[in-house]
Amino acid sequence: MYAPAVEREIKEVVQEAIEKHGCGRDAFIPILSEINHALGYIPAEAIREVKAQINQDGSFVSQGQLYGLASFYDMLSTQPRGRHVIKFCENAPCHVVGGKAIWDALRETLELENGATTSDNKWTLVTTSCIGLCSVGPVVLIDDDMYGNVTVEQLPEILGQYE
Amino acid sequence: MKTKRAMMLVSTDPESMRLGASDLLKSLKEALEAYQLQDEVDIAEIQDIERTNILPIVVVYPEATVYGPVKPGDARYLVEEHLYKGRVAEDLLAPPKQLTGQIGSLRAHRGYNPAEQRIVLERAGRIDPENIEDVIAHNGYEALGKVLTEMTPEQVIDVVEKSGLQGRGGAGFLTGRKWKFVRMAKGEKKYVICNADESEPGTFKDRIVLEGDPHVILEAVAIAGYAVGADEGYVYIRGEYGHAYRRLQHAIEQAEEFGFLGRNIFNTNFNFHIHLHAGAGAYVCGEETALIESIEGKRGEPRPRPPYPVTRGLWNRPTTVNNVETLANIPAILRNGAEWYRSFGTPSSPGTKVYTIMGNVNFSGVIEVPMGITLREVINIYAKGMKPGSVLKLAQTGGSSGSIIPASLRDVPMDFESFRKAGVSLGSGALLICDQHTCIVDLVKVLLQFFRFESCGKCTPCRVGTQRSYEIVDRISKGQGKLEDLDTLQTLIAEMERASNCGLGQTATVPIRDMLRHFRTEVEAHIRTGSCPTGVCEMAFEKMES
Repeated sequence: MYAPAVEREIKEVVQEAIEKHGCGRDAFIPILSEINHALGYIPAEAIREVKAQINQDGSFVSQGQLYGLASFYDMLSTQPRGRHVIKFCENAPCHVVGGKAIWDALRETLELENGATTSDNKWTLVTTSCIGLCSVGPVVLIDDDMYGNVTVEQLPEILGQYE
Repeated sequence: MKTKRAMMLVSTDPESMRLGASDLLKSLKEALEAYQLQDEVDIAEIQDIERTNILPIVVVYPEATVYGPVKPGDARYLVEEHLYKGRVAEDLLAPPKQLTGQIGSLRAHRGYNPAEQRIVLERAGRIDPENIEDVIAHNGYEALGKVLTEMTPEQVIDVVEKSGLQGRGGAGFLTGRKWKFVRMAKGEKKYVICNADESEPGTFKDRIVLEGDPHVILEAVAIAGYAVGADEGYVYIRGEYGHAYRRLQHAIEQAEEFGFLGRNIFNTNFNFHIHLHAGAGAYVCGEETALIESIEGKRGEPRPRPPYPVTRGLWNRPTTVNNVETLANIPAILRNGAEWYRSFGTPSSPGTKVYTIMGNVNFSGVIEVPMGITLREVINIYAKGMKPGSVLKLAQTGGSSGSIIPASLRDVPMDFESFRKAGVSLGSGALLICDQHTCIVDLVKVLLQFFRFESCGKCTPCRVGTQRSYEIVDRISKGQGKLEDLDTLQTLIAEMERASNCGLGQTATVPIRDMLRHFRTEVEAHIRTGSCPTGVCEMAFEKMES
C-alpha cells in the first residue's frame, strides 16, 4: 500500500499537513498523524522537515520533541511497516471469547512475532488497544478493514483477500 | 418541499458495515430506482444499538417495521414487497424481542423490550445523526436556547448540581460542583473539554453516543461553556474512532451553519467555538491531565495534582473536563429539571447508566438503565442469560481498571455508593461476564499485560510496578510461582496505590487485589499443584515433568 518515501514527497506531505492543521502546539500530534497516514510511518527526514517548516513560521519545536511524540503514541510508527498492517485486539473482552487462539494462529501462519514485518514486506503484525467493537469480539483489523467474530477457520480466507 | 411517503433507516455502524451494509445501501437504491420509487422513499443511515445479532437492519417507516439481518441480495425483494406491493416482507422480519418485564416501572420504548430508560441514548439509533434538522425535530438544541435566553450561568450550575449528576468516567465526582469550581476560578479565559478518549477495554458506550447522536455532545459542551464562562471547547476523541470523528466533524459544520455554534448564538452575546482533536493511541490520555498535555502537543504524561484542571488546566487556564456520557445527560436535565432527573436511579446516584455487556452471555451490546440495578438483573434480563452450558463465575466491571466481582456479589445494587461500600468500583460501565471456563490467573495476566504496556513510564511505582506484577503473575500462570509471591504482590500493590502519580498506576492494582481477595484458592492451586484448575494456563515444561 505504501511506496518508499522519497524526499520530495516528504516535503509535500509535511507542507500539506501543516497547511491543514496550522503551526500551533495543538497541531503537532495531528500533523504527525497525517504524515503517518500518508507515508505509512514517520521517517526521520519527515521529522526534520516538520521542524524546519514549523520553525520557519515563527513557532518553535525541536526534533527531540517531535520524536518523543512519534515514539509515545501507538498509532504513530517510526519504523517502516509492511504493505498491510494486521492489528489484533488482545484485551480481556476479546480474550475471554477466544482471542488467544486467533493470536496464536496469526503468529503461526505468518511466522511473525508482535511488531515484526514479513521479509517480503507484505505483512506487519501488531497488537492494538481496544477499538470498541467488543460486542463482536474477537476483533482483527487489517489496514482500515474490520473483522469481528473471527474464527481460526476464517483466517486463511480473510488474509487471502490482500495482495 | 416534496413529500415522501416512506422512509427507510439502514444501519451503517461499523458492525453493520462489516456485514455488508454499504452494498445493501447500494442495492436498496437500485431497487427503488427499478420500481421508480426514488422520489417517494427516503433512505437514511442510522446506528443500531439494540440488535447486534441481526445486523444490518432496515427499519421502514411509517409502519416502523424492523427487518434484519438484510443482505444486499434481499434488497429487491424488500422493496418490491413492502414499498411496491405494500405488504410486509415476511421472510426478512426481525425476530420479536422477548418481553421479560421484571423492571416493571420502566416505560418500554416502542417495540423495544426489555424496557430501558433512555436519557443519554434517547436519540441514538432513532434519528439520522448526519441531519441536524432531524435532531432539532427531536428537541436538539432546545436546552441550549433555553439556557442562553432564560437562565444565568449560576442557575444552570444550580440545576446541574441539584440533579445530583455524577461524572460517568468512573470517579463519580459531582458535575455541578466541578463547573462551580471553574466558574469561581480566577481568570478571563477558561476552557471546556469533552473527554471522548474512551479507551477502557470493553467500553464502547461513548462511541455509540458520538456516532449515534453527535449533536447532543456539541449542545452540552456549549452549555458547559456558558455555565463556566468559557468561549472555547475541545472534544478530544481517541484516534481509533475514525467513524465517530467524521460524524462529529460534520455535526460541528452543521451546528455552525445553523448558528448553534460560533458568534452570537441565539442572538445573545454568547460566542462559542468547538475544536475537534484526535488522539494518536494512548490509554493514559483518558486521564484528564494527560489528555490536556496531549492537546498541548506533548507526550500524554499526567501532571502532578494539585493544581487541578479546574484552576490550572489547558494552557494553564481553568478547565472543566467531562466525560461523553456525563455531558449527554446535560441537555435533558436542563429541559426537564433536576427533580425529573432525580426520579431515576437511587438517592445517592441519580439518573441512568449506560452499560456495555459482553462475554459468555446470549446478548452483547449496549443498554441504558437506572442506576442501582443488580448484576443478576443485567444478566438474566438484558443479557438474555448465560450462554448454554455457561455458569457465572465472575464479572469484570468498568474495563481493565474496574473490579473483578465474584458471582456471590451479583445482588449488590450497581450504584456508586453501594459499590463503594462493597469495595468494588463501577468504573466506566463495561460488564464483562465470564463463565466457569475463565481462569482468574490468566485473566489478571491479560489485564496486567495491558497496564504494563500502557503505563506512560513517567513515575517509577507504576512503570516498574506494572512490569514486576506482570512477571509474578506470569510465573504463577506457568506453575512456577511460590506462595511468597502472593505476599510480594500484596506489598507491591500497596506501594503502587500509595505512590503512583495518577489513576493508571493506582487502579492497575485493582485486578490483583480482587484476585487475592476473592479467588485466592484458585491462585494457590496454580502454585501448590502446578496445574490450572480450569485448564486454561499453559504450564511450563519442567513443572509438568516433576
